[in-house]
Amino acid sequence: MTMEPILNYLPALLHGAWFTIFVTFLAMVLGSVLGAVLALMQISNSRVAKAIARSYTSLIRGLPLLIQILYIYFGLPLLLGVRIPAIVAGTIAMTLFTGAMLSEIFRAGIESVDRGQTEAGRSIGFTYWSTMRLIVFPQAVWRMIPALANQFSITLKDTSLLSVIGVAELTMSGQTIYSMNFDTVRVLTMVGIIYFLIFLIVERLSFALERRISR
Amino acid sequence: MIEAKAVTKEFGALSVLKGVNLKVDKKDVVCIIGPSGSGKSTFLRCLNRLEEPTGGEVLFDGVDILDSKYPVDRLRQRMGMVFQHFNLFPHMSVLDNITLGPVRLRKMSRAAAEELAHGLLAKVGLADKSHVRPDRLSGGQKQRVAIARALAMEPEAMLFDEPTSALDPEMVKEVLEVIRSLVREGMTMAIVTHEMSFAREVGDRIAFMDGGVIAEESAPADFFANPRSPRAREFLSKVL
Repeated sequence: MTMEPILNYLPALLHGAWFTIFVTFLAMVLGSVLGAVLALMQISNSRVAKAIARSYTSLIRGLPLLIQILYIYFGLPLLLGVRIPAIVAGTIAMTLFTGAMLSEIFRAGIESVDRGQTEAGRSIGFTYWSTMRLIVFPQAVWRMIPALANQFSITLKDTSLLSVIGVAELTMSGQTIYSMNFDTVRVLTMVGIIYFLIFLIVERLSFALERRISR
Repeated sequence: MIEAKAVTKEFGALSVLKGVNLKVDKKDVVCIIGPSGSGKSTFLRCLNRLEEPTGGEVLFDGVDILDSKYPVDRLRQRMGMVFQHFNLFPHMSVLDNITLGPVRLRKMSRAAAEELAHGLLAKVGLADKSHVRPDRLSGGQKQRVAIARALAMEPEAMLFDEPTSALDPEMVKEVLEVIRSLVREGMTMAIVTHEMSFAREVGDRIAFMDGGVIAEESAPADFFANPRSPRAREFLSKVL
């Protein structure tokens, strides 16, 4: 059997990679919004808000992501009464998951800022929210960068689970190719290289940012 | 100007303030001293509601500031506070630390706020440090910036919470010198301090706190020469 040149796989794999990046990016952005809301609920004085945020986060962290993905994919249509495309269900599942993880990163980042900072802001006459916005958040954000990069890489890798519900992301694209020609190892190697390259870019970016801050 | 009436503060089952009465008149300098754990800092923090008193009244210009509808943020603009650990904003330059309040809260133009800040920095002896980050400053310099930051709001009164307790001994003097200059200008102040000779020198009155109450309040000369309460006598014998 003649082997196909490996570069012939590239267009299909890059197409899949594009979906992977798209879902990862959306999950990080939408997850940040969800995570911020959850984090603010956790640091708020409302016991109800705290309990809701905490239960949600612990539920998401306690269930296998694959189960969550299947739940959303099969469960949401039952709830809404309409079929939803796999890519939408997949993005929702990844967002709900990433949001819970990010909320912990945000909360830890905010709580890592010394209480004296809040007190100094309040003592000048800033409201609680102004103090958060002008004094606490800017300090917290810089400290979160390594954890954010780490979460990005987790979300990126976990999007491969979406292949199970048929999202044509990078892993699925690979599977589609080798299920037809059985060039399994070479295809998987290429898939792996692409994941790793995306990861490397984000890692370098994070290091560069960290270095800029510590200067 | 500031009057505390029977202020109490409880943390759960722990009663830290058991009915504190203190009056600070305009241009008064009241030094609050006493053993650690006596409630000095907690009481001071009740005066601008950084700590919410459990009971009692705190009047500012005759108005009860503990009322839930009282605009406490606006009160704090009129009452500056300096902390033991400075609490400068590390992500901002010295200049931005000082101008943040004036620009955002007093709606001063950036130029006017910077002019004000430069003036204050000159006053605390740090005219050349405006563009430095706080982490480049010594403890004494940080505290002087913190004082300038509080003064930038042009407060009517200042609260000092152990302003020299976190400083190396050789830096205490420079901070006390700045506070002295405020005394000369007639700033109304409440100062929690462990610097006995300083309290004696600048205080109009000494409030000696012990066990969550003010055990003795008198003029510095009287207090240090002739303390009335046994606890004050015991305290002074340890620290002097």
